[in-house]
Amino acid sequence: MFGFSMSKEQKMVSREVSKLVKGLVSDSAHEMDENGEIPGDVIQKAWELGASVSSVPEEFGGHGMEDSPIESIIVLEELAYGDMAFAVAATSPSLFINPIRTMGTEDQKKKYLPLYCKETFNAATLALNEPHFGADVMSLKTTAARNGKSYVINGSKCFVPLADQAGHMLVAASVDGENNLFIVARDNPGLTIGEREKNLGCYALPTFEVELKDCSVDENDRLGGSEGCDYTLFIQKTRVAMAAMAAGIARASYEFAKEYAKGRVQFGEPIVNRQSVAFMLAEMAYEVDSIRLMAQKAASELAAGKDVSRSSYLAKMYAGEMAMKVTDFGVQIMGGHGYIREYPVERYYRNARGISILEGMAIV
Amino acid sequence: MINIDTPEKIDKMKNGLNNLAKGMLRPIARKYDEAEHEYPQELEVFRSMSVMGKKPKKNGDESKAKPVDDGEFKVGQNLGTVVSVEEMCWGDAALLLSLPNAGLGNAAIAAVATEEQLERFGSKWASMAITEPSSGSDSGSIQASAELDGEEWVLNGEKIFVTCADRCDVAVVWARVKGVEGSSAIKSFIVEKGTPGFKLEHLEHKLGIRASDTGTFVLNNCRIPKTNLLGGDSEKKKKTEGFKGVMKTFDNTRPMVAAMAVGVARAAIDFTREKMEEAGIKIDYSANPNNVSSVLKEFYMMEANLEAMRLLTWRAAWMADNEEENTLEASMSKAKAGRYGTLITQKCCELLGPMGYSRKYLAEKWMRDSKIMDIFEGTGQIQHLIIARNILKLTRNELK
Ligand SMILES: Cc1cc2nc3c(=O)[nH]c(=O)nc-3n(C[C@H](O)[C@H](O)[C@H](O)COP(=O)(O)OP(=O)(O)OC[C@H]3O[C@@H](n4cnc5c(N)ncnc54)[C@H](O)[C@@H]3O)c2cc1C
Repeated sequence: MFGFSMSKEQKMVSREVSKLVKGLVSDSAHEMDENGEIPGDVIQKAWELGASVSSVPEEFGGHGMEDSPIESIIVLEELAYGDMAFAVAATSPSLFINPIRTMGTEDQKKKYLPLYCKETFNAATLALNEPHFGADVMSLKTTAARNGKSYVINGSKCFVPLADQAGHMLVAASVDGENNLFIVARDNPGLTIGEREKNLGCYALPTFEVELKDCSVDENDRLGGSEGCDYTLFIQKTRVAMAAMAAGIARASYEFAKEYAKGRVQFGEPIVNRQSVAFMLAEMAYEVDSIRLMAQKAASELAAGKDVSRSSYLAKMYAGEMAMKVTDFGVQIMGGHGYIREYPVERYYRNARGISILEGMAIV
Repeated sequence: MINIDTPEKIDKMKNGLNNLAKGMLRPIARKYDEAEHEYPQELEVFRSMSVMGKKPKKNGDESKAKPVDDGEFKVGQNLGTVVSVEEMCWGDAALLLSLPNAGLGNAAIAAVATEEQLERFGSKWASMAITEPSSGSDSGSIQASAELDGEEWVLNGEKIFVTCADRCDVAVVWARVKGVEGSSAIKSFIVEKGTPGFKLEHLEHKLGIRASDTGTFVLNNCRIPKTNLLGGDSEKKKKTEGFKGVMKTFDNTRPMVAAMAVGVARAAIDFTREKMEEAGIKIDYSANPNNVSSVLKEFYMMEANLEAMRLLTWRAAWMADNEEENTLEASMSKAKAGRYGTLITQKCCELLGPMGYSRKYLAEKWMRDSKIMDIFEGTGQIQHLIIARNILKLTRNELK
């Protein structure tokens, strides 16, 4: 039924993830960022939440629960509130599992899902973004050409999370102008994983360039088989997920700046007593809520089985714009201190830039 | 459970109201923008409808809007109102403000009047007179006075910018009771037109919402019955007492003004979309927003902001229906919608070019109309002040 408040179960999920995040990354996010690494046990503990496999049928190693886009965005917001790099890394197998679960053939499910729905975290990923000006996941430059019983993929990908560890990845490529996803094993000779990328944000998240050169895959590894998959819906689901993460990053910045400003005294008074600071915080408060509401709207429509092209697109666009604004305010409110890496707001600011630029770093 | 997919019931309601707005308000929008202050007779048919605000309650409980949880979704009173207001303002905001018996005073009366007052004034058109020449945002500083003299209150003062000043039957006038200090001295009184000493001084000429009759009242030793104190004398036992009670109605009326901003902005966006499509620009919500034309990108962002405005508004209204404290969310909706409604209507005019500047079309009117939504019922700044005090837990002395 229509409503704006969380159910008991949803509150529980949110609380549980939030508790886990607090224990796991809240204190170490800075260190992880500086070290450019997320410790394996941190990822493993997050994996044990089971969020990525909850809707996978039990026979394939999942929990057989109903698909819930709303719960997914609740989880993603909390994870990203802790740290965006962590959120992407810990859920990256979903980028592989989710499309196979929802759009794969029976054989694909049987063959691939059990590999990545185990008790221990096993990396799988998605190669979607492309490293050229005007990149657009809806008009891919990477191509897949039919050749007998296989497809030959050519193209370059970037920002592929965990590509170095992933046993398999989904590669987005166009077949005669029609967007598709292909299951590619890491040991495919046509696949070269490049140097680890150095990015503006998410230092702790290992991402890679990936080259596909005459990379041949069996026709059975085209997602959805001969019919292909609903690539558009897949992109829409990742857009909703990006918006949910943006709500987490923006909220983190807002809350930190708010507490700081309450305690920071200049000219004899806490700086929050000045409207120019207080009003920025007010704006941050409702923009965080707006980002979340936009994500919720799209997720609700997804849950209802409606066409989400508009709502998912607007949600991500809004989230990209407003997460940038909110995290910018977060730095500004803290002045010079906001510019220093000891404080998290500069990291939120860097990470937020990724929301509009990157596609498909998470999925609901 | 979070589920904000628009229910079919609301979609149906929107469609019905949209037809009404399209058929009855749009066609006369320009006419009454030009015939400033002239009463739109065409609106008489709405007199008995409660398009805006609550119907006067009979025995108190009838207006309890909390949806019963019988598994079936019911559109609560406040949510229903903001949905209606958006559609009507899509038709025309100034005409919505001119609907008979749907003044702001009506909302206050519906919320806090006594049985006897409901009987006497429930079916009257009521305006709300708070603002004074030297007291706008700081409504606690009003100087109009009320003094009890036997069985009558004697009112003195000047009230400006009163919506429906000309057309209303009664005004809910805020005044300070003589001899009492502080904000608890402020009470509201129901003053009937025709009472000696109560005079409509003049009507204003405005930037927008010109069909709405905004005017000034002067109260000069105006005597009204003792029983016209809104909410009655025995207000102590009520939780919605006096000043606080009326302030509380802002939690319902602010989302309503936010919904007005949504309606006007949507009108502008819809018109812009129509013209874009006529020009062959395809709107498809898929390409990277940085790869589309500047017009399209601006358009998408306006649509996203409109959606956010609406969601904040619906949330505030839904919370009121579910008896959740919503002061913060009400102000959030108005802060966002007031500001972005203004920006959207400006931008639509810009994108429309000549069609946005010409009075042949309504876009220029929407830009003028929209601006008021960031001013009345508390300016944008005042909404930010309320939000900031709320989230920072600061008193009005700490954050001025
Ligand atoms: C068309 C129209 C219809 C109206 N209808 C009604 C009605 O029916 N009944 C009624 O009582 N009133 C009505 N009003 C009055 C309206 O509510 C006031 O105009 C409004 O509250 C602002 O008051 P003001 O105009 O005196 O501006 P001021 O209070 O003088 O404000 C001027 C500027 O200062 C800012 N400001 C003021 N205080 C602060 C502060 N503490 N912090 C930061 N900024 C601040 C304001 O945001 C504004 O930008 C109407 C006004 C108009 C124009």
